[in-house]
Amino acid sequence: MLAIVDYSMGNLRSVQKAFELLDVPAKIVSSPADIRRADKLILPGVGAFADAIAILESSGQAEAIKDFIRTQRPLLGICLGLQLLMEKGYEDGEHTGLGIVPGDCVRFSVDQPPASLKVPHMGWNSIQVRGDVPLFKGIESGTHYYFVHSYFVRPTDARDVAATADYGGEFTAAICRDNVMAVQFHPEKSQVAGRRILRNFADL
Amino acid sequence: MLTKRIIPCLDVDAGRVVKGVKFFDHVDAGDPVEQALFYDQCGADELVFYDITASHEGRQIMVDVVRRVADSVFMPITVGGGIRTLDDATKLIQAGAEKVSLNSAAVKDPDLISRIARKFGRCATVLGLDANRVKKPDGREFWEVFVNGGRVGTGREVVAWAKEAESRGAGEIVLNVMNSDGTLEGYDIEMTRAVSEAVHIPVVASGGAGKPEHLLKVLTDGKADAALAASIFHFRTWSVPQVKDYLAKHGVHVRLTPELQHAG
Repeated sequence: MLAIVDYSMGNLRSVQKAFELLDVPAKIVSSPADIRRADKLILPGVGAFADAIAILESSGQAEAIKDFIRTQRPLLGICLGLQLLMEKGYEDGEHTGLGIVPGDCVRFSVDQPPASLKVPHMGWNSIQVRGDVPLFKGIESGTHYYFVHSYFVRPTDARDVAATADYGGEFTAAICRDNVMAVQFHPEKSQVAGRRILRNFADL
Repeated sequence: MLTKRIIPCLDVDAGRVVKGVKFFDHVDAGDPVEQALFYDQCGADELVFYDITASHEGRQIMVDVVRRVADSVFMPITVGGGIRTLDDATKLIQAGAEKVSLNSAAVKDPDLISRIARKFGRCATVLGLDANRVKKPDGREFWEVFVNGGRVGTGREVVAWAKEAESRGAGEIVLNVMNSDGTLEGYDIEMTRAVSEAVHIPVVASGGAGKPEHLLKVLTDGKADAALAASIFHFRTWSVPQVKDYLAKHGVHVRLTPELQHAG
């Protein structure tokens, strides 16, 4: 069973409905036991890094997610769900993340040349796919996805970067590290192009 | 590269899509889910649903509309109109809205912007700003913020209010210039540009779109990050793909659709 982790951060309904449309049953789970039991796990989320980590830690979900990952079953992080996988996040101070992917998460700078970068980065941007990643099967570089975020991840190991996008410079749009995959954009809000990603994940 | 967004806006009254001219005179024209599916298929980048129902029962109807739409289309949805409390915003976001747009309530209680931004993030918090060019008794022009569906002036200046909303946590501004709204004569380029240059968050231009040239002008000279339009799409004067083709031919980065037609 594909399970979507509910940790009270944002709207899980769209993710669940998007899988439903693909005839993939998806269950919303919150207990650590259900997280450990899942065949595939989705870590979604919008909102603040620190709040999210605090909830995941205090609920026991963080440990369950780490246990799940150790079994080599596939995990897909979405938006904040990508950022939380990093070692550190710098949203309102320095916070420790789940530490599954080496690297950190920082804010776009509005002063970044060529100047007047609007933050949040909001809208449809094209991605460049790196290498041969099953999550991006059938998806060509140049395909557009819907992004809405003010922070972006910086993996230490370049091999973890599965796709990039450009916003005042190149940034990481997706990561893939063994069985752990995550995207900064919202596949569940990216119409047909997004459904293809969810399909690929369901087919893993 | 980030593309400029083309956003159809659907006014909703008691669960039905309507479109007003100059804010007040409304005609009935459709089912919200059907409309949303249509715009999804033709590659709209986002949808705005604006609730013009005044009544309390209207609020619950709107939550149901958002849920039905979000269950059938997979694209970003913003909901505005009549959001007065954090609880109103919560219900709409839980129903599937990506963003909520605050108008009158934000003017009356600016801290509401911060409360919603704290709970759902800056990215989900939009300021809907209804602006009017008014003449002062001494003949000077004043850009004034209006509330209550554009009926009541507030004495607040547009650019100053936009900056305040940004500092309080708004992640986007939809600037609707009422003098242009429903006229089909073009956006207010000067005011849009002034607001867009004054803030570091995206600005969506609204009010006055009558033909593709108007969208081109506001996305270039007006420095808008997105253009919202109602009548031209709603009455099928122009389609979203026609507008995007026009923009692309004139050097504006837009998402041309469909990509991955056979995916999924």
